[in-house]
Amino acid sequence: MAERLDVQKTYKLFIGGAFPRSESGRTFAVLGPDGSLIANVAAASRKDLRDAVVAARAAQPGWAGRTAYNRGQILYRVAEVMEGRRTQFADELRRCGVEARAAKQEVERAIDRWVWYAGWCDKFHHIAGTVNSVAGPYFNFTTPEPTGVVGIVAPGTPGLLGLVSRLAPALVSGNTTIVLTGEASPFTAVSMSEVVATSDVPGGVVNILTGATHDLLPWLLGHRDVNAVDLTGAPPDLQASVIAEAADNVKRLIRGEPDDQSPYVIADFCEMKTVWHPIGQ
Amino acid sequence: MVTRPLRAGRLDKVSTEIETPGVAAVFAPRSRSGVALRVTPVDAVGLEARASTFTTRSIKTTSKRAAIHLAISCIDLTTLEGMDTPGKVAALCRKAVRPEPTDAAIPSVAAVCVYPQMVPAAVKHTAGTGVLVASVAGAFPSGQSSLAVRTADIEQAVADGANEIDIVISRGAFLSGDYRYVFNEIETQKAACGPAHMKVILETGELGTYDQIRKASMLAMAAGADFIKTSTGKVANNSSMPVALCMAEAIRDYAEQTGEVVGLKVAGGIRTAKQAWHYLVLIGETLGAEWLTPDLFRIGASSLLNDLLLQLQKLDTGHYSGPNYVSVD
Amino acid sequence: MADEIEPASRSNSSLPARVKFDLDYAPALESTSIVSIADEYGLFIGGQFVEPESGEKFTTVSPSTEKALSQISSASAVDVDRAVKAARRAHTKVWGPMSGRDRAKYLFRIARQLQERAREFAVLETIDGGKPIRESRDVDVPLAAAHFFYHAGWADKLEYAFPDRRIAPKGVVGQIIPWNFPLLMLAWKVAPALATGNTVVLKPAETTSLTALLFAQLLQDVDLPPGVVNIVTGAGATGSALVDHGDLDKLAFTGSTSVGKQIQRSASARGVPLTLELGGKAAHIVFEDAAIDQAVEGVINGIYFNQGHVCCAGSRLLVQESIAESFVDRLKNRLSTVRVGDPLDKNTDVGAINSAEQLGRITELVAAGVAEGAELYQPQCSLPDRGYWFRPTIFTNVQQSHRIAREEIFGPVLSVLTFRTPEEAVAKANDTQYGLSAGIWTEKGSKILWMADQLDAGVIWANTFNQFDAASPFGGYKESGFGREGGLQGLAPYVSLSSPRGVA
Repeated sequence: MAERLDVQKTYKLFIGGAFPRSESGRTFAVLGPDGSLIANVAAASRKDLRDAVVAARAAQPGWAGRTAYNRGQILYRVAEVMEGRRTQFADELRRCGVEARAAKQEVERAIDRWVWYAGWCDKFHHIAGTVNSVAGPYFNFTTPEPTGVVGIVAPGTPGLLGLVSRLAPALVSGNTTIVLTGEASPFTAVSMSEVVATSDVPGGVVNILTGATHDLLPWLLGHRDVNAVDLTGAPPDLQASVIAEAADNVKRLIRGEPDDQSPYVIADFCEMKTVWHPIGQ
Repeated sequence: MVTRPLRAGRLDKVSTEIETPGVAAVFAPRSRSGVALRVTPVDAVGLEARASTFTTRSIKTTSKRAAIHLAISCIDLTTLEGMDTPGKVAALCRKAVRPEPTDAAIPSVAAVCVYPQMVPAAVKHTAGTGVLVASVAGAFPSGQSSLAVRTADIEQAVADGANEIDIVISRGAFLSGDYRYVFNEIETQKAACGPAHMKVILETGELGTYDQIRKASMLAMAAGADFIKTSTGKVANNSSMPVALCMAEAIRDYAEQTGEVVGLKVAGGIRTAKQAWHYLVLIGETLGAEWLTPDLFRIGASSLLNDLLLQLQKLDTGHYSGPNYVSVD
Repeated sequence: MADEIEPASRSNSSLPARVKFDLDYAPALESTSIVSIADEYGLFIGGQFVEPESGEKFTTVSPSTEKALSQISSASAVDVDRAVKAARRAHTKVWGPMSGRDRAKYLFRIARQLQERAREFAVLETIDGGKPIRESRDVDVPLAAAHFFYHAGWADKLEYAFPDRRIAPKGVVGQIIPWNFPLLMLAWKVAPALATGNTVVLKPAETTSLTALLFAQLLQDVDLPPGVVNIVTGAGATGSALVDHGDLDKLAFTGSTSVGKQIQRSASARGVPLTLELGGKAAHIVFEDAAIDQAVEGVINGIYFNQGHVCCAGSRLLVQESIAESFVDRLKNRLSTVRVGDPLDKNTDVGAINSAEQLGRITELVAAGVAEGAELYQPQCSLPDRGYWFRPTIFTNVQQSHRIAREEIFGPVLSVLTFRTPEEAVAKANDTQYGLSAGIWTEKGSKILWMADQLDAGVIWANTFNQFDAASPFGGYKESGFGREGGLQGLAPYVSLSSPRGVA
């Protein structure tokens, strides 16, 4: 009996809650270990990046304006949907060369890490915000606020866990994101897009661009409407002159670890606002 | 044409305690009878929370018909488009007088609301029916013309037979603190209305905060408004429950301080019977049953009437109805 | 509907004479078909429903109809001991060793299921306790679910709440909760206890056991390990048995101040860590520069929400003398639109008094107020024939020394006093052995902060009232109790902290 023919999947970008192909029409090929073609994946251009920034900026006030509890609920829902796709994620990691048991563990750790960060939304202020004892009759408090639109270079490995470890903390406080996922683990990136798209996350809060990071990074680092860039997953040969472009609008540059979990990572993506008010009749 | 008695003291010039221009204006208007008015601050969070409670009231099925009839009788059926013609107005008037051709028990609306150029047509097609003719006038919707032009606009509409005039305040003057100017323009346009009743549109969507809306409400009432009205319907933000509540509380406050009774008109974005019901609850619980009459409460709307008729059809037949079963006018 | 406007009689300080508004709000009854109440319930011990050792059961009734709802088991000292033993086993073998991450997952499951079955819990809460369905649906159940969600997120993050400490759960905790917010009070107790690794024996109030027992079924559905939560229903004797049990590592109590004092006597004698959330007689302070219409809403909500069965209720209105008369007039006008009636009716604002006993206490204190010379006002409203009801009440002409200004009534009764200056408001507000909450209405920010600084109360609401959140610590000063529930500070009572560096 003939084997069932499968319906082959198109791997597209995720911008503003929708799945467009690259405006350039370009793709990159992902080959199997035997050299055969697995898929053509959309290769994001600088114009796609530009569109993603516009989408992220438009979505940012709404995302930050939700209650922390609501953001926590939405992020928790992302984890629920990830849980439902455990096998798919593990399959995709295996396709990129990860051994079966390690793939399963990575998926479980990634989901648990996402849950861990979701639980910080309405607690982060307890430890990062303060009431300050100033030497005068003033009530003075400091509260963390999201920095705004954040570009993230996802670590190439671990493919899923690295992506989660940098994306989740940025979202907790209300940032919106543009994630460059490179060419190493495009399938997990696109599956993550699908999870986000079906989890009550508003369009534009997470934008995921597959494609050549080294082409897109200079544009991301130079974009004046991006507030911060997380360089944890940046290629080691990234030139200093490219990074220097970020100074044009005094971007916050963040360097962390691909497999870390800490509320201080959340703080990396925050500004601190201090308010004074007199105490008196 | 139905005329209305004037309230006493309407045309008395009343001074406001507003200092000379150039100095920061102190907002302390006096009512027509000379009472110095207090304007209370408004807490937005509390106001919005209270406004949302009105949407939780449920009505007895046996009273739904009466509520729908009340809502219909409070409508100012409106057409305010550049492309309005006497033909369009004739159709609107027919609908206004007899909303449901097969059921004479369904009341007429309170009034039709048209542009000044369409007043003669509206007067002609509502003659002898009890449906009033309201005209927007005074450089509606922006108000950005000289006072002389605006009063001429009003005088023409009244001469053509309008029973009611809806004017706008100068939002620019108000927001820049020139309260004397706003008071004066309302007073002047009120004089131009002659026997016609005047509704003053605050354009709440442009005022910024509920505190501003409260202030503008008190000022408009002090200057002679018979009704205060939320919006022109021509901007993005029109009437909403919290805005209506803020204005209703101002009306209540004004009545308490002066003994004078002013009506409320909500306009813009009110399309469903459910919304109309929520406003009735708001009025009833804030101002009392005395305000639940076309003399003191109006809804400026166009498509609302059809939704009210569809709800009546559901009451009669037990089935949800659809757009094919009401006329498009 | 009126066809003509009646010229209203108007005085300087009163609103137009009001027709009692009634645009024919219907009984909009929430259907009860979603709930099925068993004829009788056992105790929930070790993950199972078991018969009480004595076989004794008592009837629980619906306070709005006086109809019997079910037979509830009465736990004896023997049953309480079984429950504590089950909790101890679960703590030693399962819950104590379990990772925070896994405890979190159980708590997330509980939160989720509470959300999924929200309507069922809300209807049951209303039937059992008498509070309006709008409140149980819109306040009690969502807050309870949120409380579990919030604490789920702490379970694996405790090192950030208590940096540089070795953190251990207290162990087995005994918890006693009141009848005014049965499910919510259960959430306030169980969630932080479980998040921090404790196991629980909880006694609900005897008049409101049903949502706790439905919650027990939910715990079976989420596969919570047996013995982690145990529920022992019963009255005062059950409570005493729990308080006096020798193998508890901590006690938590919410209820009346008099019972709280008894518990403190017993617990402190034995060195058992204790937290108490007791009564209150909150001052609700309204300045002349307040947003008056919203202040009226706040005062009404502050005392009539949940029929005034609220420990933090704003039961003493302190209104600035310059606006006192007109403010009270506004309150009375607003009261004319408050609907007392069947709690299952979505139009009802004020429901039934929880029990005949509580109704008796309210009635007695109100009579005392009249005897003391205060002036009583109640709106006209018809009350159902059966059930326990009390009309919303305002007392004016109240003095600081009146019983109705000093004793907690725990009913829909507001006592109105006046003040002239902020200092006087503070002095009167603090002139009480209670210190749970206070309200301040003024548009002036510095005055809010100054008043908040001066008031001896654990929760201060400015330009709002009766706001609750899992992230916001709640608890009292003075005889309103000690310890906090919710927020970062609410975790502390449930853990034991020690130096991480060990004994040298």
